[in-house]
Amino acid sequence: MPNQKPSLKRRTFLSAGLAAAAGGAAISCGGGGTGEGWRFFTAEEARTVDAICERIIPADRDPGAHAAGVVNYIDIQLAKRFKKHQAAYRKGVAGVDAVSRARFGKRFAELPPDQQTQALTEVGAKSGAFFNLVLNHAMQGFYGDPRHGGNRNMASWRMLGLPLPPVRGRQHYDDPKAG
Amino acid sequence: MALKHVNAVIVGAGAGGGVVAKELSAAGLSVALLERGRWYSAADCRKDDLCNQRTQVLGAKFGPDDERNPRVAVDGKGRETVVVASDGAYSNNAACVGGGTFSYGAMAWRYMEKDFRMRSTYGAVAGSTLEDWPIDYFDLEPYYEKAEWEMGVSGDVSNNIFKAPRRKPLPMPPLPPNREYRILSPAAKRLGLHPFDIPMLRNTVPYNGRRSCMRCRWCVGFACEVNARNGTHNTVIPEALATGNCELRTDCMTREILLDARGRATGVAYFDANGRLQEQTADLAIVCGGAVESARLLLNTKHRLFPNGLGNRYDWVGRNLQSHTYPAAIGLFEQEVYDDLGPGAGIAICDYNHGNPGLAGGAMLANEFIRLPYQFLSAVPAGVPQWGPEHKNFVRNAYRRTISIMGPVQEMPVFDARVQADPKVKDYWGIPVARLSGGKHPHTLEIAGFAAAKAEAWLKEAGAIRTWKRLPGASLSGGQHQAGTCRMGNDPKTSVVNKDCQLHEVDNVYVIDASVHVTNGGFNPALTILANAYRASGNLLKAWKGSKARS
Ligand SMILES: Cc1cc2nc3c(=O)[nH]c(=O)nc-3n(C[C@H](O)[C@H](O)[C@H](O)COP(=O)(O)OP(=O)(O)OC[C@H]3O[C@@H](n4cnc5c(N)ncnc54)[C@H](O)[C@@H]3O)c2cc1C
Ligand code: SF4
Repeated sequence: MPNQKPSLKRRTFLSAGLAAAAGGAAISCGGGGTGEGWRFFTAEEARTVDAICERIIPADRDPGAHAAGVVNYIDIQLAKRFKKHQAAYRKGVAGVDAVSRARFGKRFAELPPDQQTQALTEVGAKSGAFFNLVLNHAMQGFYGDPRHGGNRNMASWRMLGLPLPPVRGRQHYDDPKAG
Repeated sequence: MALKHVNAVIVGAGAGGGVVAKELSAAGLSVALLERGRWYSAADCRKDDLCNQRTQVLGAKFGPDDERNPRVAVDGKGRETVVVASDGAYSNNAACVGGGTFSYGAMAWRYMEKDFRMRSTYGAVAGSTLEDWPIDYFDLEPYYEKAEWEMGVSGDVSNNIFKAPRRKPLPMPPLPPNREYRILSPAAKRLGLHPFDIPMLRNTVPYNGRRSCMRCRWCVGFACEVNARNGTHNTVIPEALATGNCELRTDCMTREILLDARGRATGVAYFDANGRLQEQTADLAIVCGGAVESARLLLNTKHRLFPNGLGNRYDWVGRNLQSHTYPAAIGLFEQEVYDDLGPGAGIAICDYNHGNPGLAGGAMLANEFIRLPYQFLSAVPAGVPQWGPEHKNFVRNAYRRTISIMGPVQEMPVFDARVQADPKVKDYWGIPVARLSGGKHPHTLEIAGFAAAKAEAWLKEAGAIRTWKRLPGASLSGGQHQAGTCRMGNDPKTSVVNKDCQLHEVDNVYVIDASVHVTNGGFNPALTILANAYRASGNLLKAWKGSKARS
């Protein structure tokens, strides 16, 4: 369905990015920002990266990377810790869209899931380093702490059945003798 | 203004340095303790699973910082890369008061008798500098005991029939077993193995005025929120300060050891927290920077008499960098085995440390610390796709149903696994950085394969429906258990310090940390570093004849 209502999806998506940007007010805007709420990505790049992450961790009975805001994690980190990866993303994301256009005539985010998977497999074979970078970052954004901008609503932790909210310890519940 | 002269300047407030500071200051010596990192507190525990000392994808929480402390890593093909602390190839341990002991897992192992006599036990191993220690287990035994009782160790090793003789039991009982323990213990016994409770530098009852462990999810790599884990930062260092004889200076990066015309040490030069170069004069210079940084400091100390670095006449400084090679086996169970009780690791066996046919040594095997979701991803087996629906599904189904068993393989030291001072790259302060090169000995990998198979058999017996192994690669071993770079020995031609940890070349410079380990045992090294620091401090004090400085 994402490709049936692209405009709506885009809007919710951008507002999600903006909300998170407001939440992280201490973080300055990255140089490549477009003023649309992203720190590093252009809106188009963000859409592509969001779609890539969703293929890496797709929604099923539990939320996937899109719902967990994984692209937001990557965008925030590219403006901070991952500055050294900025060039790789700029080039790599363009490369993914180029592969998609060449193979299927559309940008990556506009392809149906099975074609996205095919395009990504091709990217993985052609530019493995970039693919692995996004793969690692997507996993961090999905399974890591929500404080870094991903794992919205602790989506992955709920999926794994980790007691929520994180309790301080266990012994003071289980063992009344504990000092 | 010149700094006040002290009896001893200690570089590094980690495991070794913390103990030395306390022993010397308690004996009345004046001590300046220099630490390049900061002093964190229990309140600095932010449970950040992407930025801690174990998972460093967003930085090494307890130092050093990525910005100012590069290193050069040379890979197996000779390619050089400038790396930062949060990169794997950096071989980071930590940089803060407490050093590695601030955020460690706190396993508190004594090495076994044979661990000090590897060469006599197994003979020469081609391509390895395998050697005996110049001291034996019984030289260290009283100091193991001292470390256990002064700093606080819990556990129960009475069922470990392989343990070296000991006089006293541990001061604290083990934590109650978690679910993994209850599954693994009977399985080990069915296999004829001898499981027991891992000794840990962790309070399980109130001890030393601090409370007991509350079994949280964020142990190894994090600060302990309730201060129940015992490192030098909350035991010996505060005691040293309480004597009034020890001054701790944080954010102070030592550049070199200062030497007089005859080549004796007169103190150290360091950059203080404001980046100003300071000279701290002292009767004794004691290097406790950890295996990589201690070697770097000696190599960066150049003098007419020591053109290749202090203590390095025979080219042994920085050599034999070793750590532990960690093979693992992971088992998937039908039932849930995750119970959210930290620290997670609790049960171990020493059946495979020695006496393994055809192998020079072995490893202790234990269940792994509690796994946070992101960390768990490295346990996903090779057959599962790396991404997509199957990967997600696997993680969802397996997270609460896996047990991981691993062990620190005692490595065969390699002469060419080494730390050098890089000829080109300098850090923020302009000091040549550590350059790391070399790799593992093939026999180390053979032992790792053996240990992984034993771990897998244990999991199978415990009822795992599917098991798989994680085998280490041949790249250089350093990191958290780094050791060996300033070998202790009787022969000045094949070692750096004597058995009192004093440089063969200069009698008022000591190295007291993991650098002096000849071999590194099939166990996590911290308790041995602490015990040896107590021992070396005692011998230093016996030889101490008072200050030679004119005041
Ligand atoms: C996450 C983690 C888990 C671990 N788990 C265990 C475990 O369960 N059991 C175990 O036995 N071991 C464990 N370890 C390893 C253990 O912490 C180390 O073996 C031990 O701390 C090493 O002691 P050391 O004295 O050699 O060096 P360190 O403790 O590293 O101390 C060296 C100190 O010197 C400082 N320094 C270095 N150079 C300079 C300089 N030029 N100027 C000023 N200061 C300097 C450093 O900043 C550092 O603080 C773990 C380590 C980590 C990080
Ligand atoms: S598990 Fe225990 S010792 Fe470890 S951090 Fe938590 S409370 Fe501290």
